[in-house]
Amino acid sequence: MMPPQNAHITILTTRLACIRTAMSLALSLAAGCTTVKPWQRETLSDSIMQPGRNPIAAAQLDHIYFSREAASGGTSVGGGGCGCN
Amino acid sequence: MSPHDKPACKCAILATLLALMLPAACIADFKQDDNLPDLADYQLEGKLPENLKGQVILLDFWASWCGPCKSSFPAMEDLNKKYAGKGLTIVAVSVDEKQENMQRFLNTANVSFTVVRDARQKLVAAANIRAMPTSFLIDRSGKIRFIHSGFNRDETIRQYVKEIEQLLEEPKP
Repeated sequence: MMPPQNAHITILTTRLACIRTAMSLALSLAAGCTTVKPWQRETLSDSIMQPGRNPIAAAQLDHIYFSREAASGGTSVGGGGCGCN
Repeated sequence: MSPHDKPACKCAILATLLALMLPAACIADFKQDDNLPDLADYQLEGKLPENLKGQVILLDFWASWCGPCKSSFPAMEDLNKKYAGKGLTIVAVSVDEKQENMQRFLNTANVSFTVVRDARQKLVAAANIRAMPTSFLIDRSGKIRFIHSGFNRDETIRQYVKEIEQLLEEPKP
């Protein structure tokens, strides 16, 4: 049988570990990923944020990439970045 | 686990649930059949029409950096000219961060309907729109009846005309 003092220390350690895990989980969830809302895309829609200056050429390159890799997206926001596409 | 650990674990579960619920609590969409909240509560920049009660309202969220939003302006101007006398009020809410960007576009657009700016983006956040532009058609009793996401030129204009005429024909509350 465990002495009462040791049992008390084990309880405290478990409790602290529980609280620490919960706090780190809560912090990571509260301050982690966020999404840019459609009305917050002013900066994203700026032409300087587009990787290519020619939208038609960029669309062609995207199409080639899609055909070759069977994957699309991940480059930039479609259209003017206004969330309407 | 000893019985002494139970309160601590309960607290931990509660904290996690609260963290998960935080983003959900911030969402407050405007939905069909909801009553439109009082626009005066949102500290919009610009002058709202004095009497919106009993009017059919077209509430449009737009921005000067959004192409489809800008292309909807001539259509809204036509609607305003055609239906303003019959009880339609158009309120275009700009979500531009900079007032001068909005003004630069308005100088070229030359519109006769009301344009205000949601400088603090509180109204648009409450509406929680999914795309730009998004417009809400509100009936004479203040209820949101139709929602338009995006602007598809002729198709949207046809729907606007049909819905506005339907709402204008409805009796005043």
